[in-house]
Amino acid sequence: MAEDPMEAIRATFFIECDELLAQLEEGLLAMEQGAADSETINSVFRAVHSVKGGAGAFGLDPLVRFSHVFETLMDQIRAGKVEATEAVVAALLRAADMLADHVAAARTGAVADEARSEQIGAALMALTVEGSAQAFEPEPSEIEGLDFKPMTIAMDGLSDDMAIDFTPIAFEPAAPLPVAEAGWVINFKPHNALYAKANDAALVLRELTGLGEATVTVDDSALTGLDVMEPRQAYMAWTIRLPGSVAEDDIRDAFAFVDEDCDLTIARDVEAGPEMAEAPADFDISALIQPPIAEETPAPDLLGSLLAQVQDAPAPAPQAPRAPPASPSPAPASPVAVAVAVADVAPKSDAAATGAAQAVIPQTIRVDLDRVDRLINLVGEMVINQAMLAQRVMESGAGKAADVNLALTELELLTRGIQDSVMAIRAQPVKSVFQRMPRLVREVGEATGKRVRLVTEGEGTEVDKTVVERLSDPITHMIRNAIDHGLETPAEREANGKPGEGVVRLTAAHRSGRIVIEVSDDGRGVDRVRVKAKAVENGLIAADAQLSDEEIDNLIFAPGFSTAAAVSDISGRGVGMDVVKRSVQSLGGRISIISTPGQGSRFSLSLPLTLAVLDGMVVTVGNQTLVAPLTAIIESLRPRPGDVRPLGPNHRVLQIRDEYVPLIDTGAALGFGASSLSPSEGVALLVECEIGRVALMVDHIQGQRQVVIKSLETNYQSTEGVAAATILGDGRVALILDIDGLVATHRRGAARSDVQSSVPQSPIPMALAG
Amino acid sequence: MTQAADTAREGSELISFRIGEQEFCVDIMAVREIRGWTPATPVPHSQRFVKGVINLRGAVLPVVDLADRLGIGIAEESARHVIIVAQIRNRIVGLLVDAVCDILSTADHKVQRTPDLAGDAMQHFVRGLIPLDGRMISLLDLDLILDQTQAEAA
Repeated sequence: MAEDPMEAIRATFFIECDELLAQLEEGLLAMEQGAADSETINSVFRAVHSVKGGAGAFGLDPLVRFSHVFETLMDQIRAGKVEATEAVVAALLRAADMLADHVAAARTGAVADEARSEQIGAALMALTVEGSAQAFEPEPSEIEGLDFKPMTIAMDGLSDDMAIDFTPIAFEPAAPLPVAEAGWVINFKPHNALYAKANDAALVLRELTGLGEATVTVDDSALTGLDVMEPRQAYMAWTIRLPGSVAEDDIRDAFAFVDEDCDLTIARDVEAGPEMAEAPADFDISALIQPPIAEETPAPDLLGSLLAQVQDAPAPAPQAPRAPPASPSPAPASPVAVAVAVADVAPKSDAAATGAAQAVIPQTIRVDLDRVDRLINLVGEMVINQAMLAQRVMESGAGKAADVNLALTELELLTRGIQDSVMAIRAQPVKSVFQRMPRLVREVGEATGKRVRLVTEGEGTEVDKTVVERLSDPITHMIRNAIDHGLETPAEREANGKPGEGVVRLTAAHRSGRIVIEVSDDGRGVDRVRVKAKAVENGLIAADAQLSDEEIDNLIFAPGFSTAAAVSDISGRGVGMDVVKRSVQSLGGRISIISTPGQGSRFSLSLPLTLAVLDGMVVTVGNQTLVAPLTAIIESLRPRPGDVRPLGPNHRVLQIRDEYVPLIDTGAALGFGASSLSPSEGVALLVECEIGRVALMVDHIQGQRQVVIKSLETNYQSTEGVAAATILGDGRVALILDIDGLVATHRRGAARSDVQSSVPQSPIPMALAG
Repeated sequence: MTQAADTAREGSELISFRIGEQEFCVDIMAVREIRGWTPATPVPHSQRFVKGVINLRGAVLPVVDLADRLGIGIAEESARHVIIVAQIRNRIVGLLVDAVCDILSTADHKVQRTPDLAGDAMQHFVRGLIPLDGRMISLLDLDLILDQTQAEAA
């Protein structure tokens, strides 16, 4: 398999394997939740089967062997012979993990843990009806078994592979048939096309003979003499008789790959009906292709996005003059008409989307990420350029002309549309990361002897692909930590009046323009006495330091801190929470912990949604221009003089209607110096942050703009209170505020001198959540 | 800077620049470009010698006031200043200097050891001294400039 084309196919196979394994895991988890419907079971079966098929084609024997056992059990579950009890599903989940290991091993050419594979394989086999894999018994639903085990049978390698490839993919659970049924008569006449597609009637016949005692008669009446014989012509036809006990679906499956290229009738001996001849086509579509809805999906999708765009673009008045609906130009074409059309269809498409949500297989193409990234970069530059152009035009005075203005507005809308679409290409649900966690939980749970249930929420939350990729490590670590350190042993839990099974909750949600991932457990919580003692021992804090509970909890993020007396295999792999914290910070994220002794801990991780663009409010603070993320801003207002009241020596609150919110001087919090304006001369931005609502004082609001996020860390360093930088229309850099960070700085009393470094010098990490 | 093109040959070339009364040089391979002064956007909680960040064709990079960094005064920023855009490790950093002077080759000039000046900030950054036509040019180690930034920050 050294040649490149094969390698490419192999690579594709492994990419597909990843998807299949995800599908497998998803299906099994659904089964674990009690969803033992046939569609779920079938999807699991198909996933295993496809892995096996591909593996067979590449001669990946260990993978084939293991997936075969797996498939056998799945098949029996599908046929209702084995009940999908909790224990069975648990075994299947372990097997899925093993299968993933096998795939991973095959990918690198390594060998997976054979002993474990054997053990799990044996466990699976024990669950099958017969208690062991039986290769040669003519068990109707065991066609694959027949193709597989008998590697010893004289089949050459090629046909063997083909047999694997051609095994039926999806058939309904073989309903137990009445015994005394009339035998089957199958008339099978291949067309030329069958052979032209490299199929072989012999394989089909072999498959049929495997189903039961078959009588095959050949009709060679069409055969000509050798002198006039056309070698590519199909001359032969067969009549096959099979016992009535064979399931019709099994027979049809044998023809699954050839039924378009032959005349085929399958009928009971007595009731040979001509209408059956058409059946294969129907069967093929309904059973092999997923629900027909799949074909409709592009339409709703298209409409959905169209709708989104139409709603997005508030169709400004200037478009009205361009009435002629005949004009096919995409942007301005009569917005009213479009809106109506979309509104008409929208409910339907919504309904279709909901209805199809479970079964639809989205149509996708694979694109090299580099290409997407290049596109995103270019679009980013275009956005900046568009802003610059707009500014230059305004400065030159040409912007006053209505048509120039209109064109600029359209350009802006278009630019934004392109940008949104491009960003959407990279947006992915966090599901791909969440999906890996159940396995982790099982493994860590097993290793620590704790019973754990993982509950996930919000796995559909979308973030930029780059962010999704970076989520995996911190989440993995937080979950390990939660199980290893957070949860108690079942005995301990029961002694404390808790259920023996611990719950680890993993949630994702969008909050104020960021994604917030939380990992919480219902374990014992942070042992503050021990943590503090450890911190003193490690010289992180002075022995007499007075720390709040919050501060003690957050000590676990301090560099070089690890409470595990004996470094455990699970959490103590040299990667402490400090490393997690640093990697999160490097992404412009924050991590914090809230703990309640005896009730558990909650890690909260917040990251930007994308590393590329942001809707921002451009504001002035002192002589600086700053950008506040629009998503965080609830409202902006000019405080009346009486609304601002002092609270204690250093704080002020602002009364907004009936609510008092902390008032933060943005300039002071950033170390630019306190504002020279009194609050009633400036503008207060009411923002949502981790601790709730706060009001940020700024001098002026310049306007609202979409800005391209430029990392400050690439060439410099992360800075508290600043999420990133951007480039304004005049080419200058403006800083984007990190509101939570800003609030944290403020809460600490802010006024650290400018000369000091931005990296916290005290060992106490600062991200205090509320 | 027209000679900049023929740096392909062996032996490292240096680019020299002036800060106040003193002359310094750095390896030309580290220098990406030289550009006129642009106002930098200050970054909160930065060390004093970081003037702020500027936009270089879409990339945001910090500008270090080299005079301040080397402990020889604080630059009065003006349009006469020059920013040397240098690659230090995998970062791109702007170095604010008074003027760029010349290109020299280490092949033609012997680099002397820096005399021991204990405790001076200069000691950290100067890798050697080059005598040239009666002038003295200090060879700077840019890596260390960054290292120090990191070390002090940590």
